[in-house]
Amino acid sequence: MHPIVKFVAQRILLGLVLLFAASIMIFAGTQILPGDVAQSILGQSATEQALANLRAELGLNDPLVTRYLDWLTAALQGDLGTALTNGQDIATSMGQRLGNTLFLAGWAALISIPLAITLGLIAVRYAGKWPDKLISAVTLTTVSIPEFLLGYIVMFYFAVQWRLFPSVSTVYDGMPLLDKLNAIALPVMVLVMVVLGHMMRMTRAAILNVMQSAYIETAELKGLRPFTIIRKHAFPNAIAPIVNVVMLNMAYLVVGVVVVEVVFVYPGMGQYLVDHVAKRDVPVVQACGLVFAAVYIGLNMLADVIAILANPRLRHPK
Amino acid sequence: MSDEDELVPVDHVPEGAELLKIRNLKIEATAYPPGEPPQDIVIVDGISLTLPKGRVMGLIGESGAGKSTIGLSAMSYGRGGVRLTQGEVLLNGAEIREAKPGALRRLRGKIVTYVAQSAAASFNPARKLMDQVTETTVSARGVARAEAERRAVALFTKLGLPDPETIGNRYPHQVSGGQLQRVMTAMALCPEPELVIFDEPTTALDVTTQIDVLAAIKDAIRDTGVAALYITHDLAVVAQVADDIMVLKAGKTVEVGTTDQIINNPTEQYTRDLVSVRSIDHEEKAPTADPVLRVEHVTARYSGLKRDVLSNVSVALHPGQTLAVVGESGSGKSTLARVITGLLPPSKGRVTFAGRTLSNELAGRSRDDLRELQMIYQMADVAMNPRQTVRRIIGRPLEFYFGLRGRERDARVDALLDEIELGQGFADRYPAELSGGQKQRVCIARALAADPKVIICDEVTSALDPLVADGILKLLLKLQKEEDVAFLFITHDLATVKAIADSIAVMYQGKVVRYGPKSEVLSPPFDDYTDLLLSSVPEMRLGWLEEVIEHRRMESAGH
Amino acid sequence: MRIPPSAAIGLIITVTYFLGAIFADWLAPYSYFEVVGEVWEPSSSEFLLGTDSIGRDLLSRMIYGGRITIFVATAATILAFVTGALLGFTAAVAGGWVDQMLSRLVDLIMSIPALIFALVVLSVMPVTMPVLILVMGLIESTRVFRLSRAVASDIVVMDYVEAARLRGEGAAYVIFKEILPNSLSPLVAEAGLRFIFMVLFISTLSFLGLGVQPPLADWGGIVKENKEGIVYGIPAALYPAVAIATLAISVNLVADWILNRTSSLKGGRG
Repeated sequence: MHPIVKFVAQRILLGLVLLFAASIMIFAGTQILPGDVAQSILGQSATEQALANLRAELGLNDPLVTRYLDWLTAALQGDLGTALTNGQDIATSMGQRLGNTLFLAGWAALISIPLAITLGLIAVRYAGKWPDKLISAVTLTTVSIPEFLLGYIVMFYFAVQWRLFPSVSTVYDGMPLLDKLNAIALPVMVLVMVVLGHMMRMTRAAILNVMQSAYIETAELKGLRPFTIIRKHAFPNAIAPIVNVVMLNMAYLVVGVVVVEVVFVYPGMGQYLVDHVAKRDVPVVQACGLVFAAVYIGLNMLADVIAILANPRLRHPK
Repeated sequence: MSDEDELVPVDHVPEGAELLKIRNLKIEATAYPPGEPPQDIVIVDGISLTLPKGRVMGLIGESGAGKSTIGLSAMSYGRGGVRLTQGEVLLNGAEIREAKPGALRRLRGKIVTYVAQSAAASFNPARKLMDQVTETTVSARGVARAEAERRAVALFTKLGLPDPETIGNRYPHQVSGGQLQRVMTAMALCPEPELVIFDEPTTALDVTTQIDVLAAIKDAIRDTGVAALYITHDLAVVAQVADDIMVLKAGKTVEVGTTDQIINNPTEQYTRDLVSVRSIDHEEKAPTADPVLRVEHVTARYSGLKRDVLSNVSVALHPGQTLAVVGESGSGKSTLARVITGLLPPSKGRVTFAGRTLSNELAGRSRDDLRELQMIYQMADVAMNPRQTVRRIIGRPLEFYFGLRGRERDARVDALLDEIELGQGFADRYPAELSGGQKQRVCIARALAADPKVIICDEVTSALDPLVADGILKLLLKLQKEEDVAFLFITHDLATVKAIADSIAVMYQGKVVRYGPKSEVLSPPFDDYTDLLLSSVPEMRLGWLEEVIEHRRMESAGH
Repeated sequence: MRIPPSAAIGLIITVTYFLGAIFADWLAPYSYFEVVGEVWEPSSSEFLLGTDSIGRDLLSRMIYGGRITIFVATAATILAFVTGALLGFTAAVAGGWVDQMLSRLVDLIMSIPALIFALVVLSVMPVTMPVLILVMGLIESTRVFRLSRAVASDIVVMDYVEAARLRGEGAAYVIFKEILPNSLSPLVAEAGLRFIFMVLFISTLSFLGLGVQPPLADWGGIVKENKEGIVYGIPAALYPAVAIATLAISVNLVADWILNRTSSLKGGRG
């Protein structure tokens, strides 16, 4: 077997182990901590009898391990349980919202990744000169501004003042694609700004690191054109670090999505999660946490697999 | 682009014509000391040289002499923001110091090429060797790919690379360091340049490999008739390949002459010092009946490694004497030091010290065991905490082992500073404010502060310039006489061994292959490996390389 | 020492905000909970920034809100640093299974985005200020652990640390005399970045209604209270948001300067 297959398999296995451990942590985090779910649902004025009934109904009296295994087995079969607050099936309510969130995040990624890499390249090409400094200053500002401020500034101008886009991002089934894009224009804009700063700064650092290698000097001493040097000598070695940077920044996207959905009242996972945290609807929170963790762990795994595939030492072993 | 229109230096100049002429070159850089405004510093000042077509000039000097910077000026290249500020650099009569980028691109990698010290870092890890070797030949010299590859294979063959037909299909990490250095030479020669700059091409290699690469480079230069600038800090090496030598110090020329004149008849004192370096006379002491340190049948391996790094090693060190452990990288000599100090517990065997058996583990050793066995490292820079003053560095063992405080301790620190010939003014300096040699002296003082019986010296002079290293060796011998301390001296450098050892252990692939008093170890008949090692130490005379290549019995392991 | 203008500006603004937080009782013209005017009055000589969604003086609420934001962020940063740095150094010095265990645990916690993890925990915990500080501090300590372990691991392999070990020095000497002085500057810069993240973190939580609870409000909470005004062109929600941004940028400028002066360690919140 080619060793690279082994490395990739190992990394995927590690991802699965991590996901499993994360599921334990999410479950434990909502069960072991000193808070009584029944009490928080029913409030301080609830009677002992009502509390006991609810605990029995929720299965809170079973041993912890049993409850975890029941929960995990069901989750693996696609059954995420029912919401405490309205009794609806979580998987059904989530399906549509997950699709919406991925639609939003996907467009944000699609725009921000090429933009960040391009800006990163420009900053490196003019390192220390004014284009670099300008880009650095702007991105330093965007990474320091909270997502909701960006959201409201954008909303204030583009929706309220200039009336270009709707201030509330309503989407529904069967909505034409163009209308959908129009609806999510503002949240996508905010997400791009949030992610761009981080991604561009890290891309710049990654490329600069490669550009300082001895083999780049060799290429310069060969009298190659700057563009040839970047294309043939820098780029192949920068793929892995850049992919890594991109994936790392999907974490900001995950966090950003939660806030942005609340700002623009977008019917996605973030809104769903925040609503149910406030209502202390533990089964929904667990399910959402698991989905977010799975997406995040999956992205990190993908980054590492690409890095393995791009590494010449692993691709062509001795 | 307008910068393409400029006149470029032409190829094909008649033999003996002036290829490279540098006049009054001044090179500057901007330094950014932390917390201070940037300042311009002069790196090279008033250098002039003339290199006719087909000749080889050696540039020699210590670190900081500006030799690499001068070498790169022949391509009008300033490394890391270095600027060629004044003077002329003429290549085939055309001024290139202020040439435009387009003109320089047609020059670099085609008419003038470069061989770097570390080929391992200088090759792009993501591309095949053949692509990189033929890159400029194909793109700029207008040669067809097949023809370029044929040329490259011919060069691989000439440079003695194994499998010359297929080695080009490999990636850089798939070939050894010595081979990569040859491939880099092939890369420099492939576009049939007029001038090649060799920048310490053999310095990073083991001694036995160095000779092969050196011979290969010399043959290639001779056969292709290319001119070369050969940059090195090792006069004995440059004496083997250069026609002329320029001696540099602190960015200025000390002396220029033919190789014969510089080696056999130097006029300047500095050059004479360089030529006579390591001519230390040391009377060999006879072994005693009662060694202070005994390594008995030690076998050791690092966890996770499949084979032993040391197997069945036995050596002894006598009080007040020096045992030199010699070998190339990977021979296990540094591992031996780790076993003796307790950092790597051996799987078999034991270490006895002053009559008692030392615990295998560091944690099991008494404070006196630790105190009496001190260590000095190769890289003095990282052997001292950069946030501590010299006083604290030397004072800590005094506090720790002897409980000395305040004035008593300071007085002892001052005495130690005198002993290492630095003087008390150094007590309040930080390591960053010391030169390489001074740093190593402070490390020696720190070891002495513990009043040890044995000091392990791990390649303590390898990172230093020859004259500085000489000073350190003389200091060590003086201290040995005064303090009656024994040295376990680990080195790859046989010249150092000859200068200071009383007995020698030659290590090869984790085993001691030859061991005894210096006079015996260095007298024939030799085993094959010792013969190879001894014959690989460059000697400061002309024609030595040819003799060695002629007489070798064993191929070096670096292939 | 020469301080570049950008860092100087950052330093001045940061210090101003901290002073404002400390002396809030003297500076605020009104109390933070008292209704003193009409809803969303525009700024006037009486109410410099106008009034909020139920007629409280916005400037006073901003000053007290700043005190809460800065207090929570500072406390959480200190908690994250003490926990993270101590464990990180210990892992680097001890090595072996101690290092493995701590590192894998941190990997695991970091495999879930910080905000999501906080939300999951806060869904079952009472949302009080000590709980918020504890949750934020502990989640962030994983990032500090990574950095301090990385920095310390680079130092531990240095010959001067080996020399100290061979001398027979104990772990405490190695950590406090050899490692700490050499890792201080990247850690100080990192502290700045962590503080910014804490400010954004608590603001975001409060904005989502899951942070500081009414009638107290930090800057994020004030944004939430006044966000409906945006659609009517009332800027009350923007003031606290701008305060958060300027504080974050200022600290960032200072941290950037320290970072550039010392090393090229990369920051960011991941």
